[in-house]
Amino acid sequence: MDFIDPHIHMVSRTTDDYATLARMGCVAISEPAFWAGFDRGSADGFRDYFEQLTAVEPRRAAQFGIQHHSWLCINAKEAENVSLSREVIAMIPEFLDRPGVLGIGEIGLNKNTKNEATVFLEHLDLAIEHDQLILIHTPHLEDKYQGTRMILDMLCDDSRINPDRVLVDHVEEHTIAEVLDRGFWAGMTLYPVTKCTPDRAADMIERFGGERLLANSAGDWGVSKPTAVPDLIFQMRRRGHDESLIRRVVHDNPAEFFAKSGKFFEPVR
Amino acid sequence: MKSRAAQTILDESYLETRAKLLEVAATLDRIDRARHAGAQLELAADASVRREQLISAIRILLNDAPRRAEDIQQLFSRHYDPQWRDTFGLLPEHAAPATSSETPSASRES
Repeated sequence: MDFIDPHIHMVSRTTDDYATLARMGCVAISEPAFWAGFDRGSADGFRDYFEQLTAVEPRRAAQFGIQHHSWLCINAKEAENVSLSREVIAMIPEFLDRPGVLGIGEIGLNKNTKNEATVFLEHLDLAIEHDQLILIHTPHLEDKYQGTRMILDMLCDDSRINPDRVLVDHVEEHTIAEVLDRGFWAGMTLYPVTKCTPDRAADMIERFGGERLLANSAGDWGVSKPTAVPDLIFQMRRRGHDESLIRRVVHDNPAEFFAKSGKFFEPVR
Repeated sequence: MKSRAAQTILDESYLETRAKLLEVAATLDRIDRARHAGAQLELAADASVRREQLISAIRILLNDAPRRAEDIQQLFSRHYDPQWRDTFGLLPEHAAPATSSETPSASRES
C-alpha cells in the first residue's frame, strides 16, 4: 500500500532508510524542523539547517521517488532561549516560498515553560501573517497532558486560528479526544517506549474513526523506526480492517491536510 | 468499522500479555532484590514515588471500566491548571468570542 509519513526527520537517517521506505510503499514524507540533539549556538546554525531541509533532503528523497516536504521553526526545546528564537523566527520568511515548505512546525512546548509559550505564540503570529499551515509538537511523557492542554488553550484563544489548518502531533489516549473534538487534525506517533505502539494506534483508530487522524514514525537520531507506518498497516490488516480505512489514515488524510498548503500534489505512480 | 470478537482478541494477545505481565513482575522483583541485598533498604524519595506510581498503575489494571490506558496515562501526567495564562502573564491578544459550550465531550468515540 502507498503511504505518506507525515513526520520523519530524515536529516538523521541514512540513505539506506530512503531506499527501504521506497520499497515499502512510501511515496511522500514531511520533515518538521526539530532539536538536533544539541542546542545550536546561533541563528546561522538554523539557516544552514533550513537549507538542508529545503534543498538537500528533497534531492536525496527524489533519488528514490519519494516526495520530500518540510516545516520550519525553532523547536520547543531551543525556544527556551527567547532572543535566539526571535532571530530565527525573523529569518524563516526567507525560506517560506521554497517549493517543498508546507508551513510552520514542529512548534509546541517541551517543559511547558513561560519562555516556550512566548515563542509558541510568536510562531503562531508568523504562521498567520504568512498564511501557513501549522504542525504542532506536544510534549513527552508526564508533560504531555498539561502541555497539550496549554497548546489547545493558546490555539483556541486566538480567533485567527482555523483548526482545519493545524495538525497536533504525538497524541495519545489521554489527549486525542480533546484535539479532535476541537476540530484539529491529530497525529499518532509510532515511537518505541515513549509514545505509541502500532497496536495502541490501531486501538485509537477503532475508538475514534479515521477522520482527521494521521500516523507517523517520527524517525530521528534516537531509538526509532522509520518503517513504523508499515507496521501499523500490517497491524490494521491483521485485525481485518478495510483497506479504505487504512489508506485513509496512512495516505489520504496526510495528502488532504498537506494540500491545504497549496504546495502538495498527490504523487502519481 | 469492523469489530472482532472478544474471544479472538484474547486468543491473539494472551501469550503476549502474559509475557508483558511477567516482565513487570520480574522488574519489581529485581528492584526489591537489589534493595534487600544492598545496605539501603529504603529507596530515595523520588524513586519511592515512582515505584508507588507503578504500583498504582497496576491497581488501575484491575478496574472494569474500559479506559485503563487513558487512566494510566493520567496517573503519570502532571497537573493542568486552566489559569496558567494568568500565572505566566500571557493573556490572549486576539481572543476568540466567548462561547458557552467550549468543554469537549468524550462522545466522539465511534
